[in-house]
Amino acid sequence: MIDESFSMGSTLFHKRDPKVKLIGAAAISIVLALCSSIVVAGIGVIVTAILLFLSKPAPCLLFKRFLQVNVFNLFIWITLPLTYGGGETMQFSFLNLSLDGIRMAALISLKSNGILFCFLALLATSSTANLGHGMEKLGVPRKLTFLLLFSYRQLFVIHREYQRLQRAAKLRGFTPKNSLHTYRTYSYLFGMTLVRSWNRGERVHQAMILRGFTGNLIPLDQPQPGKADYFFLFTMLFISLLLAGLSLMPLTL
Amino acid sequence: MNMNPPLLELHNISYSYPGQKNPLLKEINFHVHKEQIGIIGPNGSGKTTLFQIIMGLLKADDGQIVLQGTEIKTEKDFFMLRRKLGFLFQDSDDQLFSPTVLEDIAFGPLNHGATPQEARDISIRTLEKLGLKGFEDRITHRLSGGEKKLVALATILSMEPEMLLLDEPSNNLDPATRERLIKILREQKLAHIIISHDLDFLASTCNQLYTMQDGQLIRCEEKQIHNHEHIHPYGNQPHLHGI
Ligand SMILES: Nc1ncnc2c1ncn2[C@@H]1O[C@H](COP(=O)(O)OP(=O)(O)OP(=O)(O)O)[C@@H](O)[C@H]1O
Ligand SMILES: [Mg+2]
Repeated sequence: MIDESFSMGSTLFHKRDPKVKLIGAAAISIVLALCSSIVVAGIGVIVTAILLFLSKPAPCLLFKRFLQVNVFNLFIWITLPLTYGGGETMQFSFLNLSLDGIRMAALISLKSNGILFCFLALLATSSTANLGHGMEKLGVPRKLTFLLLFSYRQLFVIHREYQRLQRAAKLRGFTPKNSLHTYRTYSYLFGMTLVRSWNRGERVHQAMILRGFTGNLIPLDQPQPGKADYFFLFTMLFISLLLAGLSLMPLTL
Repeated sequence: MNMNPPLLELHNISYSYPGQKNPLLKEINFHVHKEQIGIIGPNGSGKTTLFQIIMGLLKADDGQIVLQGTEIKTEKDFFMLRRKLGFLFQDSDDQLFSPTVLEDIAFGPLNHGATPQEARDISIRTLEKLGLKGFEDRITHRLSGGEKKLVALATILSMEPEMLLLDEPSNNLDPATRERLIKILREQKLAHIIISHDLDFLASTCNQLYTMQDGQLIRCEEKQIHNHEHIHPYGNQPHLHGI
């Protein structure tokens, strides 16, 4: 199930205004995404890992997220060293590994983990609703904010509809096999999931209209950023500037 | 006898879904002053559809809706009507969409111009009134079915409507929650229309009964209301019904 499990907590990260967290996360992740040096990316991972540690996530949840991202990285490690052309190579038993390929794979892994840590520490510690309101306050177009909030809400709906249908099929003795019947059943399941989620979305929209919704989402708590928030923002921007400065330096790796 | 215009009047409301041969609703005429009305009828007879037409979610093929003497036509009229009539959905899952209970209950008041502080106060008051104190920060999609129903009712009561339209409110409620709902509805003293298949529930919350049949609403005689068998706690002991 899609939960906001990371957002439940009371560390200093959870208490910060979503606006400063959004700005901080954007700054750090842009610097990390653009840097081309392994050293900078490595320092980035260390710094964001410290941030993540301070936000005290539940270890098993954290491990799950970590695994999800790094399964992709595993594929990169398998393919890039073998396929990345040019430059020097390294002999590893009977394989010729491209050094550039290894370097690239390392860079991608460091960057993706750095950004993951940064998002888990900064963004996942706010509820989606609060992030949405924060985005709106920061001047992100309302349509985009709605898209975020409602795709999030709709994701639940689609997931739940799918589970229901799947359960219904299972209860009537459906076991997936490599057969036409299985493929047909799955296509029905997917089709029905879409139709039913659409209907449900429609009814939720009706429920909103019935309660006077006219296109403005008004947040219930509108916290004003305090001193701690500004200090936090300053720290985050300082970190990203430091990383940006480092990546301008002529480093060999 | 009553000089005030009725709270709600329906004149010759007809409706059929696209592709249906026979109209689902045939020239329904109906009015409510301040009564508490129950509607019962077979599955698929158009009860939910009638509610959706009253709330302006579906547009009647023919006929008029009149609220306190003013005909409701435009979307703006319906905006006003929706503030005065609270509609509880048959499926509460469709009605709750905010992450937390408090946010969901405050949604209506905020849309109608309450300040965040006012919205918060009225939401907490509504929760207390429904015996849901402490539910503020619960996650809506993790509530049980019965809790969802009561929270959905709270999202409507927080808008302080003048009449309630409840679509099968007692479905899936355990006897204790059902009794609580009956008590809440009777304390509200609001005009309401309740759709239910639970005759006993209607008998304890309504003073008029209609049946929906062949696209028509037919008023039942008072006596007929009690003409049924029923099961409820301590049913074997002498007991009073709510009328
Ligand atoms: N969106 C729709 N499109 C076409 N037909 C519909 C639609 N919604 C409902 N119907 C049909 O209209 C009829 C009345 O539906 P409605 O939901 O009003 O019944 P109901 O009296 O509320 O029944 P129940 O007691 O089962 O809730 C049903 O036969 C149904 O199949
Ligand atoms: Mg119905």
